[in-house]
Order: sequence, then structure tokens, then C-alpha cells
Amino acid sequence: MLERVSEGLKGRLRQLTLDLAGPRREALEALAKPPNEFGVDPFGFDPDYALSAVAPFVWLYKNYFRVEAHGVERVPAGRVLLVGNHSGQIPLDGAMVGVAMLLEADPPRIVRAMTEKWAASLPYVSTVFARSGQIVGTPENCRRLLVNGEAVMVFPEGVRGIAKLWPQRYQLQDFGLGFMRLALETDTPVVPVAIIGAEEQAPALLNLKSVGKLIGFPALPLTVTPLPLPTKYRLYFGDPLTFTGSADEEDSELDRKVRVVKTTLQGMIQQGLEEREHVFW
Amino acid sequence: MGSDARQVVVVTGIAGNLGRTLTKQLHRTQRIVGIDRRPFPGAPKDVELFQLDLRKKKAEDVFRIHDVRAVIHMGIMHDPRMSAEEHHSFNVVGTTRLLDAVAKYGVKKLVVLSSANVYGPSPDNSNFLSEDAPLMAASRFSGVRDLIEVDMLAQGFFWRHPDIETVILRPVHILGPTIRNAPSNYLRLQYPWMLAGFDPMLQLIHQDDAARAMVDALRPGLKGVYNVVGPGEVPLSAVLRELGRTPIPVPHVVARPLLGALFRYRLASFPPPELDHIQFLCMVDGSRWQQEVGWNPTHSMRDTIRSVDGERAAA
Repeated sequence: MLERVSEGLKGRLRQLTLDLAGPRREALEALAKPPNEFGVDPFGFDPDYALSAVAPFVWLYKNYFRVEAHGVERVPAGRVLLVGNHSGQIPLDGAMVGVAMLLEADPPRIVRAMTEKWAASLPYVSTVFARSGQIVGTPENCRRLLVNGEAVMVFPEGVRGIAKLWPQRYQLQDFGLGFMRLALETDTPVVPVAIIGAEEQAPALLNLKSVGKLIGFPALPLTVTPLPLPTKYRLYFGDPLTFTGSADEEDSELDRKVRVVKTTLQGMIQQGLEEREHVFW
Repeated sequence: MGSDARQVVVVTGIAGNLGRTLTKQLHRTQRIVGIDRRPFPGAPKDVELFQLDLRKKKAEDVFRIHDVRAVIHMGIMHDPRMSAEEHHSFNVVGTTRLLDAVAKYGVKKLVVLSSANVYGPSPDNSNFLSEDAPLMAASRFSGVRDLIEVDMLAQGFFWRHPDIETVILRPVHILGPTIRNAPSNYLRLQYPWMLAGFDPMLQLIHQDDAARAMVDALRPGLKGVYNVVGPGEVPLSAVLRELGRTPIPVPHVVARPLLGALFRYRLASFPPPELDHIQFLCMVDGSRWQQEVGWNPTHSMRDTIRSVDGERAAA
């Protein structure tokens, strides 16, 4: 009974995705071929399930955040690291980049995002993430995906980014070095993605970190609005950056390379902010 | 393989179900001497049996009498009902005595059957753990402490005796018609619990393939630690669907205390920490073994899953 309901819902959501995709419908259906006899790849990604799971995000993309994506064609085929600015208290920024690559890239691409380990301990969330291609963000997992030629989204700001408060909007927080080590090791180009709009979707004035710790959350920002605001999203994909060197370099050397990415991304953010005339449209 | 007809392969824990499977595969090409404290009714005639405890001094006689070319050590017990002390003594003291004998009598090959469970399921795990990942299983489940200790003892032995070819095998969940381990027993339940909202990917291997891996490990020149995988990865829910089970979703916050109570009153045969296996990932990267041995499991995923209901269903 429960299974029938969930199967029905899954079918409807899948239909919604395909309807919203319009002319891209066939390309998306072609993407949903089952990877093995049980419909999943070794990581537990189920492309058919993903088409259903993505429906609400496609709807948000089209109708709520009315996303404009610029420069998707700059993302090279094969392995690539998409590096974006993280914000907005809930990771809709990553989801919108994912939908953009699905709807605007030719051929459509599945973006694999690296999630917080915390997500793997949450019921339903862990399953939905795994079936839709999101993977716990360990270096080992990321390396494996890149070697397989996947597009991987990373937010080097991590929780520092997503939980940032209103006064810090569009100011990149400290970047982790891990993504650069992996880029060097696997010889992967880095594409910076400036995400404009997400940083205003959920203004927060206070982060109750210690209370969050108590209940096992990595952060607990108090937002002014209960739901994310319908800000207009603008995504800017930059030119791929390639780096050479050893993955075992000193942190200071890695840091220098990371700073190149960070500066480029901050510049793209600044330009995006200057070009836009209004937060909401 | 065996150049000298008088040379034997010693198999510990031979009377277990996996031991019998191994015997079937090995006894036509190798002279087998089995050690087990349990009887082995129906053993092939060409297999010599010593019904004794590895911890006893008498176990050394096997090595004194025979020219032992290899030892396959699978006499490791995992029974959550057994007292922790006896459990620990049997596994750890037994292994220590055996390793001493291997070194003392100049055995050239030692194969130890460990398990991919030594890494332990956890939300922090990478999807595929390689052989150098830390063995974390005991941090959440102290009942498997001595299984890790056995693995570590074998690793220590590997480093201390570079002239002895020590192979440590860490196979994924072993399933089979005669296997009575926790994963097989769980999959035989008509109404198994699932933790609501959790559907981890699993790796499974058929008992025939697990036994064959031990035979392959006897290959001269081979040594080291190896994860051994079966025919791939599959979500728990798909396994239960394949077997026609009706899973009962239980919220994970109540499942642990509930199972704890049921286990205490002997209404369930699984201790609560086993729930981690149906909640989190504990999968391994088996590529090292695949590359060095040319490993290919003979049973498909469907066969492997269905084997818990007996060979008839799998055919």
C-alpha cells in the first residue's frame, strides 16, 4: 500500500520534471538508463529516481528563483570540479547548479555534490541523497568520482559558507584546501561558479552554534524568514582553471593556488552583483 | 600446486559451513588436515581430522606429524550469545598459538579469513574503503573487538615474518544456503526490520566464491591484505525485494532500545549494534584483489542473494 503510494508519487514527480524540461525531455530520459539490474550505480545513484527527486528543484529553478544561467558551455566534458560560493542556510545553491547542468548543458550532465557527513546519519535524507547522486564528502569519494570522469560540485567554504550571517553576504569565507589537493592529484580542471541571489534568500542575524552542537547540528542560524525568499538566482560559470604541481605540496603552496580560485570567484561575484539591478527580479 | 605429495594444507574451523565448502573445493587437489573442536560428520575420506581446540598444546602435534605447506585459518568464532571472555580467548589465544606454530614449523603460507566488517559501518565512511582504512568496527560494537584483534595479529605476523607468505582476506558479507551468519539469517526473515529512511548499499559474496578466494590465496608468491568483493553493490531494499520479503520500517531511535530488549529476552538473535549494518555504509574497494589474482566471482548478484533460501531457489 505504502509502496503503491510512493510509486505513484514517484511517477508524478518524474512527469513533472519532464514537463518542465520541455524540449530537453528526451535528453533527460536518455540519461535515466539504469546502470545495473537493480537500477543503481555502485554509489547507489539511481538516475530514474533522480528524475523524480529533482522535480521540486526544477520547479523552484523555473518558477521560484527564476534562475538565469550564464556560461554553462564553459564546463568541459569529462572530470571537472565546480567550485561555488555557499550560502542560504539550506543548500539550494548546489541544487540550482545541479538543475542548470541538467537543463542547460548539452548534453545534460549529472552533478555529483559532496555532502556533509552529517547527512548520512539522517533518515530519508541519506537515502534521497544517495539515490540522486549526492555523496558523503570524503576525499576518497571525490577522488573516485573524478577518476570516473564525473562533474563534482564543491563548496570549499563548507558550513562556514552556508551558515553565514547577513552582514557577510557575498564575502567568501575561508576556503578548505582539500579540493585543490584532489584537483592536482587527478589533474582535474576547476570551474568557478558565482551564485548570485542565494546569499539573500534566507537572511540570518544570529548563529546559535552551541545550541546546534547540543542537538547534533553543525550550525544553527536563526533566519528572519521561515522560508527562503524568492530572490532571483543568477549563475555565472567561469572559464576552467587548470593547475599543475604535486598533491603533496606544502599547505602554503596549495593555499596560493586556492587563493587564485578564490580571487577569481570573488571577482565574478562582484561583477554579477554590479550587473544586477534588483535582488528579486 | 603441491609439488610434494606428502605436504598438507591445514584448515582450522573446517567443520563450519564455510569450512565444508572449502573442503569440497580443495580436497581433490590438496591433502587437507582439518582442526576443529566440533565433529565433521560426512567429511571426505581423504581429509584427516583432529577434533581439538586450537588453544590446547596438542594442536601442535598436527604440525609435528605432518609436513605443512600452508595453513588456512578460518576457525574464528562470532557468536553474540557466547560470554565475551570465552569468545576472546578462543579467537585471540587460538590465533596466537596457531601463528606461533606456523613460524616454529617453517610453514611457508598462511591464509587468515578476516572480514570487511572490521572497518565497521559508519556515516563517516567513504563509499569504498581500501585496505589501509582504519579498523573502526569496535568503536561502535565492542562484540567484534576480537575479530579486529585477530586481523591485527595476522598483520603483525605479516610484518615480523617477511619470509612467510601471509594473506589476510577481508570478504564482504558472505551469503549461502548453509551459512548461518548474521547477514544470511537476517535475509531469511520474512518480516525483517528496516530502519525507516535508511537504505544503505550492500556488498555480498556467495559462500562458494568466498571459499574459492581462500583457495586462490594459496597461490605461490601472493601475500598481503586484500578486500574481497562479490558481484557488486545493491541497495538493501532491492535485496529484500528480490527475496520477496516484507520489510517492517522501524524508526532508528526506537529500534536500538527495542532490539536490545528483544535480544536480552532471547526473542531476537541480533544484538542492537548489528543495526549499523542496515543503517550505514560498510563497503570496500576490492580492486587490489581483482587485479592481482584476476578475481571474478562465479555467482551473479541474483544468485548470491537468492542463495540464502537454498540452492534450489537460486538455480
